[in-house]
Amino acid sequence: MIAIRVDDLSHAYGERPALNRVTFEIRRGEIFGLLGPNGGGKTTLFRVLSTLLPVQSGHVSVLDHDVATNSAAIRQRIGVTFQAPSLDRRLTVRENLVHQGHLYGLRGRELAARIDDRLARLGLTDRMHTSVNSLSGGLQRRAEIAKGMLHDPELLLLDEPSTGLDPGARHDLWRYLQQLRNESGVTIVVTTHLMEEAEKCDRLGLLDRGQLVALGTPAELRAEIGGDCLTITAEEPARLSQRIAERFGIEPKLLGQSLRIERAHGHELLRELVEAFPEEITAVSLGKPSLEDVFIAKTGHRFWEETENRNGVTENAELRVT
Amino acid sequence: MTSLGQQPPAFWLPIWTLTWRELLRFFRQRSRVVGALGQPLIFWVLFGAGLRGSFQAPEWAPSGMSYQEYFFPGVTVMIVLFTAIFSTISIIEDRREGFLQGVLVAPVSRLALVLGKLSGGTLLALIQAALFLVIGPLLHFVGLGPSLGWHLSPAGWLALVGFLGLVAFALTALGYSMAWSLDSTQGFHALMSVFLMPMWLLSGSFFPVPESGWLSWVMRLNPLTYGVAGLRRLMSPTLAEVAASSSFPSLWVCLAATCGFCVLTVTLACWLTHRRSVINVR
Repeated sequence: MIAIRVDDLSHAYGERPALNRVTFEIRRGEIFGLLGPNGGGKTTLFRVLSTLLPVQSGHVSVLDHDVATNSAAIRQRIGVTFQAPSLDRRLTVRENLVHQGHLYGLRGRELAARIDDRLARLGLTDRMHTSVNSLSGGLQRRAEIAKGMLHDPELLLLDEPSTGLDPGARHDLWRYLQQLRNESGVTIVVTTHLMEEAEKCDRLGLLDRGQLVALGTPAELRAEIGGDCLTITAEEPARLSQRIAERFGIEPKLLGQSLRIERAHGHELLRELVEAFPEEITAVSLGKPSLEDVFIAKTGHRFWEETENRNGVTENAELRVT
Repeated sequence: MTSLGQQPPAFWLPIWTLTWRELLRFFRQRSRVVGALGQPLIFWVLFGAGLRGSFQAPEWAPSGMSYQEYFFPGVTVMIVLFTAIFSTISIIEDRREGFLQGVLVAPVSRLALVLGKLSGGTLLALIQAALFLVIGPLLHFVGLGPSLGWHLSPAGWLALVGFLGLVAFALTALGYSMAWSLDSTQGFHALMSVFLMPMWLLSGSFFPVPESGWLSWVMRLNPLTYGVAGLRRLMSPTLAEVAASSSFPSLWVCLAATCGFCVLTVTLACWLTHRRSVINVR
């Protein structure tokens, strides 16, 4: 069963491309993560999926409805949680939920029962008459999710859900999302730029510069780049890289002051390298590949570094969320 | 836990809930309540006192009309304008705070969104105007206002409130259309001072429409002129006889012009809201 089908989707803000021919599918009942640096296109994709932006080119269907032509049917069945809270800060938590219920056609006793249920599940019952303004960031986020879940959506879209949450609150949030998926079979799509969060997803799509560069479970993605990951720090990394290439026939990736090599049985290579270039190597580390390594392998650049370098471009490529 | 079998929401429910929210927000900000009523009230008393000597009543006015009496409908329209317009500024806040996005992804028809927002603004404007209609004449007893000597029948009151509602609805829709595409309240204040204030000043609220000259043409083309004139007629039924033969617009002309203005601004508001565009995600 497919929840979301994205086929050859491209999007541009004016002349500036934000998504470039993206194609993938999200299955029902999975937690799917869109991982990428800021400006990679994940928020644009999120907005197209949540029916806020028009489909410029390509084809997108959500819960078997075409986003371009049947957004009304989709809106009834999806829950959306934006990066910026969509709560009315001058109203209380409960008033916000009543309002939300009305927007989704719920009212009366049924609405009251649902509100009580969501408040209890998210541990907000004793705060329901508190104005949103005076809630902590973590509680606001919970209220936001209660709001998104009120109408029992089959698909929940969350944009950077753990923004502004401390580690404890982040942990609670993920436990709740997993519980929701397990007990109710809700499909959950999150965008994130946090590796740690991406690890918790069933499957991931890596977005960089508007392109989907990898797709799979976190384990599959790691397996794709081979066994181990060697990171070498050197005084003159460029020269060292050349010499490693000459001697071992390997092309290390040059990333700032360090070199990176991915390969099976990394420990053997490590020993050989240290023996061969004892003077040139300042430090070397060996590790199992992380999702960041996957990202580097797929794009040839670092996750964060690149964001900073392209700041001017990325700021424009995606509209600012304030 | 599936949403199968859920019907799309009834059309009136979102309208009601958006209206309700608008009222709730307004009354939680006491400064807004005071500001929207206080300033026009002060204007009425101060301009009334200051311009008393230099005011020349137009030929259609009943003899002995004071400036404050002349100014009364104009101030009522000012209150409606201020309240209606300021309640639509909240669209800019809603967008910035993310609330609007939440409404836009809900299965709410865009028409319902527009109508909810507009009825909220209109109701607020009517409440404030009604307060002025009560407080204004009472100022006579403390020596700050003229005796207005109203003799309106219940039907007359009903017509007055109905017409005021129409004007408020049109002005709220105008404010909504302006606020929809703006991303800052500063921008709105700029538009307010170069467009909305002059529109009010040139509506016959502050001074009568001259008989000739360029100013008379500008004022005759201003749709709000007919709102003020209609209100003037409904507030003083005796005006009907005096003004029947003069150039002062008849009630039917006022009603037709205001209805046209209303249809135009509401259509504009709906059209702007209906577009699925980049502005929605700002």
